[in-house]
Amino acid sequence: MTTTTSAPAELNRRTGDDIDLRKVLLTAAGVLILAVMLFPVYWMVNASLQPSGNTLNADLIPLQPSFDNYVRAISEQGANLVTSLIIALGTVVFSLALAAPASFALAQFRFRWVGVALLAILVSQMIPGIVIANALYSAYEGMGLLNSIPGLILANSTSAIPFAILIMRSFMLGVPSAIIEAARVDGAGLVRSFLWIVVPVSRNAIITAGLFTFLFAWSDFLFALTLTTTDEIRPVTLGIYQYLGTQVQNWGAVMATAVLSATPAIVLLVAAQKYIAAGATGGAVK
Amino acid sequence: MSSLTHAPARAGQASPAPPRRRRKLRGDDIAKILFVLPAGIAMALLFGYPVVKNLTMSLQDYSLQTFFTGEAPWVGLANYVDVVTDPIFGQAMLNTGLFTAGSILFQFVIGLALALFFKQHFPLSATLRGLLLLPWLLPLIVSSATWRAILEQDSGILNRFLGVFGVEPIGWLVSPSIALIAVIGVNIWIGIPFNTTLLYSGLQAIPDELYEAGSLDGATHWKAFRYITWPSLRPVVSVVLILGVVYTLKVLDIILGLTGGGPANATQTLATQSYQRSFVDFEFGHGAALSNILIVISMAFAVVYLRRGRHAADE
Repeated sequence: MTTTTSAPAELNRRTGDDIDLRKVLLTAAGVLILAVMLFPVYWMVNASLQPSGNTLNADLIPLQPSFDNYVRAISEQGANLVTSLIIALGTVVFSLALAAPASFALAQFRFRWVGVALLAILVSQMIPGIVIANALYSAYEGMGLLNSIPGLILANSTSAIPFAILIMRSFMLGVPSAIIEAARVDGAGLVRSFLWIVVPVSRNAIITAGLFTFLFAWSDFLFALTLTTTDEIRPVTLGIYQYLGTQVQNWGAVMATAVLSATPAIVLLVAAQKYIAAGATGGAVK
Repeated sequence: MSSLTHAPARAGQASPAPPRRRRKLRGDDIAKILFVLPAGIAMALLFGYPVVKNLTMSLQDYSLQTFFTGEAPWVGLANYVDVVTDPIFGQAMLNTGLFTAGSILFQFVIGLALALFFKQHFPLSATLRGLLLLPWLLPLIVSSATWRAILEQDSGILNRFLGVFGVEPIGWLVSPSIALIAVIGVNIWIGIPFNTTLLYSGLQAIPDELYEAGSLDGATHWKAFRYITWPSLRPVVSVVLILGVVYTLKVLDIILGLTGGGPANATQTLATQSYQRSFVDFEFGHGAALSNILIVISMAFAVVYLRRGRHAADE
């Protein structure tokens, strides 16, 4: 409770009014800080609801909200949103399918080179995406993976797999090896004890890793920009970039597309907190 | 990474076992290796290969022609000489330094201030702190588009707001002398939640007893921060700063979305230059050379990070 201001005992005994007033002021300050920090997000939503489509005339509040911009955004970018969704879901499935067993192994098996593997994972986080794009472009060119959804899923997995391993491994370190051994004594193989015990117990960590992986891939812009050369496959991030590339004619449609692209992040922020909070293994060992 | 595949793992943790048991363990070892093998192969192909390929490309004349002729003659260090002697290189280095230092300084100071603020629990503090993460979770290109609308010279809300105070419209993203500052400002906005979150969790880890003991010695407020909070937070601070530097050095999306490196190269960094060489000019050799320079700089910071990590682990 008390932080830098560890109040002397007498202060604690004062009437509750002072304390309450201080807390009310703190909450007010907190709301104000958040309002400033999130103003751009508000402005994005506000601009997307303006009837004119031009921010020049945008009111501070959308008094007469219009959804025309959304109609236009969906007609122009709807297919791209679906492309982004497929790529993001594909990245989640591919990355977790590889990362989950690896996390389990790195957490529970006593391999001698666990330290080396973890170091490689940490270092991989520091490699700029443009390095990957440079090399994958020429490799994809030869393999026919340019302008393809599998190509973008693989590229997005480069950062997703190590990140997912870091999240899931740290959780799986906490899975008591006793419950795994108990299962093996009962005759379950490694694969079965992984699927039946470790995965259910680590559900929250896996969901967390999955949600972040989804966001990574959904937000990807660099690989979409560099590993596509035609209009065939066009994630929505690239759609927004193309809106911005030319002289912006219609800010309303750009902002409506931006709001649609921001939706997963907003939903995650509201929905995922319970998964992060409920990361306890309690009740598994009984 | 390749060491993953040929490292013979031994599960000989248990005391010497009879031969039959050891034989069973061997099969077990293979199963165990199969758990990491797919991820190991993926990492080798998707990370190991690009890093090596980037290295070889930087030593070759690798251009658009290469894709037609299949020929990429070896040119030694010529690509490195070319990119380093290019007049843009100096500006890109300077911009990369200013962008990184400016972003980190303000992200950190504001992030720490907010972390200290939220440490004082008050009604709604957890909710507000959670919502603060939003700028960090948004797709970068969405943030870029939104900020472009806000910073637009003629119609942007920022200039309209400043106009109320009689300020003439400022060309935030189109004036060469201001664009870098504007881009840094947007990146600070994106990075504050990351700094706040990590520093807040660092603050949470400081035992309350330290403050209770400190208050008996008269250490409150600033003194408590100076003598208790800051020393205890030091390990977290160095992690936050070094991760921040490594992440900021490679920022590309935001700059491409806001200015594309312009106006007049005012916001070119090593990352945007590397992109431009490879994917606009199709001089992959030059692009690879630039991105390798970027890796070397990142690695220098990474080594500091890992050293620090080891020290922290030793203590």
